[in-house]
Amino acid sequence: MIRSTHLPLIATLFTFLLAYALCAWQFPAMLSTRVVANLLTDNAFLGIVAVGMTFVILSGGIDLSVGSVIAFTGVFLAVVLRDTSIPPMMAFALVLFITSAFGAAMGATIHYLEMPPFIVTLAGMFLARGAAYVMSTDSIPITHEFYDVLQSLYWKSAGGGRFRIIGGIMILTFIVAAIIAHRTKFGQNVYALGGGATTARLMGVPVASTTIKIYAISGGLAGLSGIVFSLYTSAGYSLATVGVELDAIAAVVIGGTLLTGGYGFIAGTFFGILIMGLIQTYIVFDGTLSSWWTKIVIGGLLFAFILLQKGLTWASTKRKKAVIGLDTQS
Amino acid sequence: MTNDPTPMLHATGISKFFPGTIALDDVEITLNRGEIHALLGENGAGKSTLIKCLTGVYRRDGGEITLDGKHVNPQSTNHSQILGIGTVYQEVNLLPNLTVAENLHLGRQPMYGPFVARRAMNAAAKKSLLEFGIDIDPAQPLSDYPVAIQQIVAIARAVEMSGKVLILDEPTASLDLDEVKLLFSVIRQLKARGIAVVFITHFLDQVFEICDRATVLRNGQVVGTRELNQVSQTDIISLMLGRQLEARLQEPKPKSSGTLLLQIKELGKSGMLAPFNLNIHKGEVVGLAGLLGSGRTETANLIFGAVKADFGQLKLHNKHIQINNPRDAVAHGFALCPEDRKTEGIVGDLSVRENIILALQARQGWLRPISRRKVDEIAQHYVRTLDIRLANLEMPIRLLSGGNQQKVLLARWLATDPDFLILDEPTRGIDIGAHSEIIALIGQLQKDGMALLVASSEMEELVTYANRVIVLRDHKQVGELTGAEITSNNIIRAIAAETEHEGIA
Repeated sequence: MIRSTHLPLIATLFTFLLAYALCAWQFPAMLSTRVVANLLTDNAFLGIVAVGMTFVILSGGIDLSVGSVIAFTGVFLAVVLRDTSIPPMMAFALVLFITSAFGAAMGATIHYLEMPPFIVTLAGMFLARGAAYVMSTDSIPITHEFYDVLQSLYWKSAGGGRFRIIGGIMILTFIVAAIIAHRTKFGQNVYALGGGATTARLMGVPVASTTIKIYAISGGLAGLSGIVFSLYTSAGYSLATVGVELDAIAAVVIGGTLLTGGYGFIAGTFFGILIMGLIQTYIVFDGTLSSWWTKIVIGGLLFAFILLQKGLTWASTKRKKAVIGLDTQS
Repeated sequence: MTNDPTPMLHATGISKFFPGTIALDDVEITLNRGEIHALLGENGAGKSTLIKCLTGVYRRDGGEITLDGKHVNPQSTNHSQILGIGTVYQEVNLLPNLTVAENLHLGRQPMYGPFVARRAMNAAAKKSLLEFGIDIDPAQPLSDYPVAIQQIVAIARAVEMSGKVLILDEPTASLDLDEVKLLFSVIRQLKARGIAVVFITHFLDQVFEICDRATVLRNGQVVGTRELNQVSQTDIISLMLGRQLEARLQEPKPKSSGTLLLQIKELGKSGMLAPFNLNIHKGEVVGLAGLLGSGRTETANLIFGAVKADFGQLKLHNKHIQINNPRDAVAHGFALCPEDRKTEGIVGDLSVRENIILALQARQGWLRPISRRKVDEIAQHYVRTLDIRLANLEMPIRLLSGGNQQKVLLARWLATDPDFLILDEPTRGIDIGAHSEIIALIGQLQKDGMALLVASSEMEELVTYANRVIVLRDHKQVGELTGAEITSNNIIRAIAAETEHEGIA
C-alpha cells in the first residue's frame, strides 16, 4: 500500500526516471556507463554533504555552514600536507574530528541557547569561511603520492565507465545514513524532533544529545565531503564551494523531504542529487545551452516540489476533516 | 493488588511559589490503588501546577511525595515516567509524523542488536492496543487516525511506561460522545488493573460518571476531598467556587432595546451554508444551536467575513455594507472570538498586554500607535473587570490557563468597543468558574446595549442568556426559538424534528 508519506519520494523517483528517459531518448549516449560513472563522481561531494543536510532538515533545522566547512577542509588538508609531515590518513582523521566538533558546537549552541539554527549556522558559515581565508587565500595544489594512489583507484566497467573511489564513498555514506535514519533509535529521535521538539521532549527524547549529534553529523559529513572534494580537484581553495549549502538544501527538498521537518527519506536525497546532476549532464550534452540553465531548471523543480508538498499537506488536512465530519454525523 | 490498603501515591505539604504568587500552598493529595480520582478547581486554582510538581516539570518548593511506599523526587517528565507516573494531556502529545507503533515505543523500542526491531515493535503495539479494544494498523502514521484513537495511544504509552499512576489532563475536551465512551471503557480497565488514575476535567457529569473520589483545589489550596457517591454536583460546585452559582444563573435576562442593528439577507456560501436571514437588535443575544458540524462556526465566519460569502447582503443601521474580509467587519464595529483559541486567537509568545491591545491597534492602523500609558490603562481595566488571573501583564499569554486565555481574547475585542460581538464557543475547554463569569459577562454586555451572536454546543448555557435561539442542522437554519420557548428540551426537539421530517419525506 502506498502511504501519503511515501508520495514525495515516489514523485522524486518518477521525476528522475522520466528525466533520464527523456535524456536517453534525445541522446542515447547518456545511457552509457561513462555517463553514469561521471554522474556519481561529479556529484560525490554534494551527495555526501546533502546526506548530512537531510538529517538536519528532517529534525526541523537547517545548516548553512556546510559549504564553508568543505572549503575549510580543502584548505586545511592542502596546508597540512604541504607544510607538515602528517600522513594524509592522520590529516583526514584530524579534519573529520575538527569539523564534527564544529558541528557539535553549533548544535549545542542551538539547543542550550535556544537560538534559531538559521542564525547559528549562518555564524558558522562565516567562521569556517574566515578560517579558510586565514590559512590561505590562494588555491593550493595538493601533490601527495597518497592522493595519486586514491585518484588512480577505480573500477572500469563494461562500456568504459570509470567508477572512482569518491563515488563509492558517496554511495556508502547514503547506505549507512539510510540505515541510521530508518533503523536506529537515533534515527527515530531525529524524526521525533522534526515532528515537534516540545512533544519529543515530553516523550522522553534526549533532545540535547540528539540535536548535538545531528549537527555533528552534518559537520562531519561536510568534512568528509571536503576530503572528497580535495580528491576531486587535487587542491584546496578558500573561495571554493560557495553556495554549496544551498545546492544541498535543494537536493534534499527535491528528494521529497519536508522543509519543516519530520517527513522524508535519505534515499530521496540520493535521487535529488541524481536529478540535479542529470540536468547538468544534459546541458553538457546539448552544448548550446548556457550552463546557467542548470540553475533555472533546478529553481523550477524546487518550486514544483514545494507546491507538491503544500498540496500533500493540504490534501491530508482535507482528508482528516472529512473523517471528523463523518464521525460527528454518525 | 487492588486490595492493598497503602495508597499508590501520597503527597503532602506540596508548595510552589511563583514571583508574586503562591501557586500551591501546603497541598495534600492521596491516590489509592485502582481509584479514579478527580482533580477539580477553577482556572488558576492550581490543578496544572500540582500536576507539574508531581511529574517533575516544575521543581516544587516544599513537600514530599510517596509513591508505592517509597519516597520519590521526580526531576523531569522522563524521570517521573520511569518512576511510574505517566501523564496524558488534552492536546495529544504524540508525534503525528511517526507511526502508531513508533509513538508507543519511542525511547524504549525493542532492539535487534543496534537496530530497531520494527516487526516486533509493530506486533507489540498491535497487541497492547487490542487490549484496549482498538484494532488498528500500528504501522500507519498516527496522523491518519482520529483524535480519540490518538488519545488512547497516548494513554497506552503512558500506562506501559509507568503503570502506577496515570494523570489525564482534560482528556475528553475534544472528543464526541462515542469517543468519550470508548475512552471511559479504557479508563475503567486501568482501574481494574489497579492503576491510580487522576482525571482532570471541567465536565462535572463525567466526573460523577466515572470517578470515585474528588479533590477540589481553590487558590492553590485543597478545600476538600469527597467520596463522590455521597455528594451532589451542587456540593462540588460550591466547593470549587466557594460561592453559589445557582443564584447567578437565575437572574432574569435583560430585554433588548429593540433598535434594529444588523439585517442579514440571504447570506450564504454554496457547499458550506445555505442562505439565511437574520435580524439582530441592539442589546440582544442571539444563540446559535446545533450539533457539531451543523454550521454554527460557518455562520459566524460568514458574517465576520473570515470566509467570503457567495451571495447575500448585509445592512447595518439600515445602510448596505460590504464585508469581504475581517478587516471590513472590524471597521464596521464587528468582533469575533473564534472557537479554536490556540490556533486562531492567541499569539502565544506575546504578553497578555500585547494580546489585549492587538485588535484595537490593528483597527487604528499601525501608523497611529496607542501610547504605552493608554495601553496599560486598557489592559489593566480589562484584567480587573474580567477578573483575569495572572502574575503580571507582561507574562506570555501561553502561560495562562484556558479560561484566562479566553478572557484575554474577549478583552481584546471588547477593547475595540464593538457594536456587534460574535462569540464562537466562548466556554469551550474552560472550567466552571470562568464559565459562569463569562456567562455573567455576556449578560452585562447585553445590558450595555451590545448585540451578541453566540454559537454554543451547550444548550443550558444558551437557555440562560439568549433572547432568541437559531437552530442549525446540516448547514441550514431549521428553526428559531424566542422568549419562553427557549428551553433545552425545545432546542433538542428543534434539532431532532428536522431529522424526523427527513425520515418521512
